[in-house]
Amino acid sequence: MPEDSVYIARSSAIAARALAGEMMVMNAADSTFFTMNEVATVIFQAADGRTPLREIVRDRVCEQFDVNPEQAQADAEQFVNELSSHGILLVSNRPLAAEASR
Amino acid sequence: MTLMSEMGQKAFNLGVPIAVHMDVTYRCNERCVHCYLDHDDHGELTTAEIKDVLDQLAEAGVFFLTFSGGEVFMRRDFFEILEHARRLMFNVKIKTNAVMIHEAEARRIRELDVDTIQISVYSHRPEVHDAITKLPHSLERTIKSIRFLRQQGLRVTIANVMMTVNSADHLGVKKLATELGAHYTLDPTITPMMDGDTSVLSLRIPGEELPEIFHNPDLVGSQEEFCAPPKPPSKEDLEGYSCSAGHSYCYISPYGDVFPCVQFPLPTGNIRQQKFLDIWNFSPQMKEVRSIQAKDLTVCSSCSHVSSCSRCPGLAYMEGSMRGPSTADCEKSFYRTGVPTANMLRQGLSKPRTTAPLIQIRPVAVPA
Repeated sequence: MPEDSVYIARSSAIAARALAGEMMVMNAADSTFFTMNEVATVIFQAADGRTPLREIVRDRVCEQFDVNPEQAQADAEQFVNELSSHGILLVSNRPLAAEASR
Repeated sequence: MTLMSEMGQKAFNLGVPIAVHMDVTYRCNERCVHCYLDHDDHGELTTAEIKDVLDQLAEAGVFFLTFSGGEVFMRRDFFEILEHARRLMFNVKIKTNAVMIHEAEARRIRELDVDTIQISVYSHRPEVHDAITKLPHSLERTIKSIRFLRQQGLRVTIANVMMTVNSADHLGVKKLATELGAHYTLDPTITPMMDGDTSVLSLRIPGEELPEIFHNPDLVGSQEEFCAPPKPPSKEDLEGYSCSAGHSYCYISPYGDVFPCVQFPLPTGNIRQQKFLDIWNFSPQMKEVRSIQAKDLTVCSSCSHVSSCSRCPGLAYMEGSMRGPSTADCEKSFYRTGVPTANMLRQGLSKPRTTAPLIQIRPVAVPA
């Protein structure tokens, strides 16, 4: 999948809330519970299904944190793959409805 | 410490209300003999008001949201409320008698990704369960609903309130829970009625019957651990707090009253008059509840059980003082370990009274 066309959306099956900058996420299907650090939280909050991942990394992550853009992109892709495997994020090469699939 | 309890501790330390119990109605289709509620509608929050409260709770950082009652499905707008709550990404638990849940309702609950449905079952025998709920065929209907929920793959917890009239049935209910694929919890707590009537306390199982429960590994896990004699309290224990009430948890009534806990009828404000966060952050009553450390407790600070007792500040408040002992918990500590509590010793008792002398304090209105 070409990087530029990766779109991410939060699944509607999850519960999520930020606590002191850290995002708590629970998947209702299996009660798995995650917390995200500040950088991951920024990506998660920006996962509206319409903004490409590359744009989120460029405009949100690299703007707010002192990170190397290539490294940030690679880390973001790894993060997205992991959350996608747990059903927390939905990934597509086309825009998605935010908090999809209810 | 699990990740979830770590986050719970973080919320506690920061004073974030991570969990809220919200009763959306006190109306009910059952008339349980031990229920502490007045089931008439005295002006419930409207759909719009509840949605506004939910918006405020999300903003305040609430993650775990429990909807209860009364019976939640007595509100025709309950699914609208539930949909709004899930849109705001709360982790939602529903407490219900399930009688009004059919196949379509079970499907909708699953579609909305509700975390858990907790259902009250008092006995595996219809004649006992239905006599407690005073609703004919209620056990049959509740079990049918649990099957619908389980068919949808939903997590169901059967909550078994234990009292004099069903104390022999807990193993039968546990077996029923296993057959239905549900979790099982047992609770021997009976709470005085909201109007101050303490007659329901006669349904509390006698203390003498508690050891049988507390020494049953199927119910309490490791008996050695659960029934261990209390350890001398450390400095940290004495600087600790009773529970999360008012620290990271609170209760909201169907009329918008905010309390530290569902079992702690100290009014702290009303969300029809104030924003939730103003009540949470600035209510003098919330601040007082939050300030009480174990070392401040009038009797319990000198009790050997202080670090391990399940002392409920709400029940203590209903007995007369939120800093005082909760007799029901003193009983539990004694019958769990065999070691008398400071509350018993000061009364010259070698074992708890057979009936607890409860002095009921009625909630008073908070000045606007």
